[in-house]
Amino acid sequence: MPAGLFRALLTVAGAVAAIVVAIAISSVAILAAGASPTQAFAAFFDFGETERSVVNGIATMLNRSVPLFIAGLAVAIGFRMNLFNIGVEGQYKIAAVCAAYVGSLFVAPAPIQILVIIVVAAAVGGLYALIPAVMKVTRGVNEVISTIMLNFIAIQLAAFLVRGPFTGQRTEGQLTTNTPLLPESAWFPNLNVLFELFGLPAPRGGGLWGFLAVAILLGMGIWVLLERTRFGFDVKASGLNPSAALASGVNPKKMVISAMVLSGAVAGLIGLPEILGDKHTFGSNFTPGLGFLGIAVALLGRNKPAGIAVAALLFGFLDRAQGPLQFASVPPSVIMIMQGAIVLLVVIANEITSRIAVRHEERRAAQQLGRNTPVEVAA
Amino acid sequence: MLSKRFGRMAVGAMAGTMLMAAAACGGNTGAEPTTSAQPSGDASSEAPKGALKVGLAFDIGGRGDKSFNDSAYAGLEKAKTELGAEIKELSPASDGSNRGELLRQLADAGYNPIIGVGFAYGDDIKKTAEEYPEIQFAVVDSASNAANVTGLLFAEEQGSYLAGVAAATKAESGHVGFVGGVENDLIKKFEAGFVAGVKSVKSDAKIDVKYLSPDGDFTGFKAPDKGKVVAEKMYQDGAEVVYHASGDSGLGVFQAAAAAKKKAIGVDSDQRQTIKETDLQSVIMTSMLKRVDVGVFEYVKAFQGGAKGGSNVIYDLKVDGVGLATTGGEIDDIKDKLDAAKKDIVDGKITVPAKP
Repeated sequence: MPAGLFRALLTVAGAVAAIVVAIAISSVAILAAGASPTQAFAAFFDFGETERSVVNGIATMLNRSVPLFIAGLAVAIGFRMNLFNIGVEGQYKIAAVCAAYVGSLFVAPAPIQILVIIVVAAAVGGLYALIPAVMKVTRGVNEVISTIMLNFIAIQLAAFLVRGPFTGQRTEGQLTTNTPLLPESAWFPNLNVLFELFGLPAPRGGGLWGFLAVAILLGMGIWVLLERTRFGFDVKASGLNPSAALASGVNPKKMVISAMVLSGAVAGLIGLPEILGDKHTFGSNFTPGLGFLGIAVALLGRNKPAGIAVAALLFGFLDRAQGPLQFASVPPSVIMIMQGAIVLLVVIANEITSRIAVRHEERRAAQQLGRNTPVEVAA
Repeated sequence: MLSKRFGRMAVGAMAGTMLMAAAACGGNTGAEPTTSAQPSGDASSEAPKGALKVGLAFDIGGRGDKSFNDSAYAGLEKAKTELGAEIKELSPASDGSNRGELLRQLADAGYNPIIGVGFAYGDDIKKTAEEYPEIQFAVVDSASNAANVTGLLFAEEQGSYLAGVAAATKAESGHVGFVGGVENDLIKKFEAGFVAGVKSVKSDAKIDVKYLSPDGDFTGFKAPDKGKVVAEKMYQDGAEVVYHASGDSGLGVFQAAAAAKKKAIGVDSDQRQTIKETDLQSVIMTSMLKRVDVGVFEYVKAFQGGAKGGSNVIYDLKVDGVGLATTGGEIDDIKDKLDAAKKDIVDGKITVPAKP
């Protein structure tokens, strides 16, 4: 068997085994909670009976996946060079509140308005990530510690801004706090036309968020950047072997700063699908925790844009079942158990498969050497 | 790809964040419905027209919080037994990202009316109500903001006034405290009423007021550690009774009261009965009841009678929408005083301020 094919098969087998074991673990948890696993798994695929509820369900799943995908990308950029950016959580919140506020200050034609908001979000996220990067290269501060600390500052700062300087008009009798509503030119057009093409009704709520298209472009852009440019190569080299990278002329300080800022800039975009596509404001109901989930998504997607997309869709698919599971009288906490189990098992499976592959390769090389024929190096 | 050490660190951190997330939604775990709602779609679509199907969406924390959400559920269960309603209650994800989606799923499943518990539903219910104009909605603690939305509001300041009267009467030194969860208009109503009640008994009373988190940051409702630190300080400074309006953080206030061998006042439900830590029962002198169950039940009843939304219903002392719990009998000796204060409020002789 060619070594490449062997490795690919091994990876697939590992992933399948991880998911099967995750399902088994979740089944035990569901049984322990006194519910039926079959009903629970049926609920994951229950999108309702009417066309509209099916469409709603699909839109919910995709809308959930988009910010998770962007969060996964942001984390993965750091991961690529062993930079553990846990600060994505803070970076996207501070970026979201600033972008929502700046966007509400002026009215311009839609493309300009939206572009300005996106640029502001990326800039704020990038600048906020610059702080731990500078601390790391100048004083050697571990970025894990500094980004965790900066998360608290960013979260509190965002909460302060939204109720203080950036606060908007509060409707009488409402207790939620929001930034001023964005003008209509900042409302990102939805993609409901995709459903209408198939003669299906448009989903309710904000519809299918148009930011999906931006996220896909962003994913492709990052793939090109990481896999097909000098910068991407330097990032990878610095991650795999910093001293070798330094010896071959890569400036490690510059790499830390640029990777961190890029990671933060992408993180800045995480909140935009929700703000531009649905809520049109940043407020106390803004979805938290996406930055932390991004770590799980990036791990699951093995830091590759395509893998991250699959992982984000899987998380979106699981999260969507929150309602249907409760209709089937299954505790929705099952979702978190499944997500946690899948991430951990996939990481374990990766480790095991790579060890098997290495051992296989060593044995093959030893055999070749024994026969005294030239070694063909695969992998 | 991932070097070994890095991978291990990544997994460790992941496990950590997952744990944190799990802890954050701990209230959610295992609190599962015992309702008879049909899981399969066929049954619901075959339900006779006119059958009462009431949907209820909790706020984060969901059922099992022994307080606000459970109180709402008690009202829903009453609607089931007394009005023969088919009921279904849903809890949102721990990050609250799917509140609107839950409302839509209930609407699509044929539930009408649908009740959102907690002011966080304000924005989502407005949007959903506009999408489903044929369905009636209600939201607890938030004002009506669409033609088919009823706002279920409570006169917390009136109940807190009574709590203030009780606290000031019981505290011989005239030193009391108030711990608010989040410094927003809702919790300020508790403070305003409490302060007015205390001052009505002892005009020179010393009142320590402290909030756990600022407006817009809702962590103050689930931070027992912070509640404990703040209340400890108050007791050390000489406060004899501390009233909390801080959701789950109240547990910390009770712990501080127990350590200082002083008294505390609970909130929302009769916490002397509902608190899981039975050793803390005796420090809870009384609780300011906010009868969300009454609100939910009366709303469903009114809906059955054909009531439409577009306005607010305020549950005050007059209809016993708020009041004091008497479990433990610690305020029985000042019952006359409390009843007199209640009567003055109901008669309009006292107007309790809603803003501090």
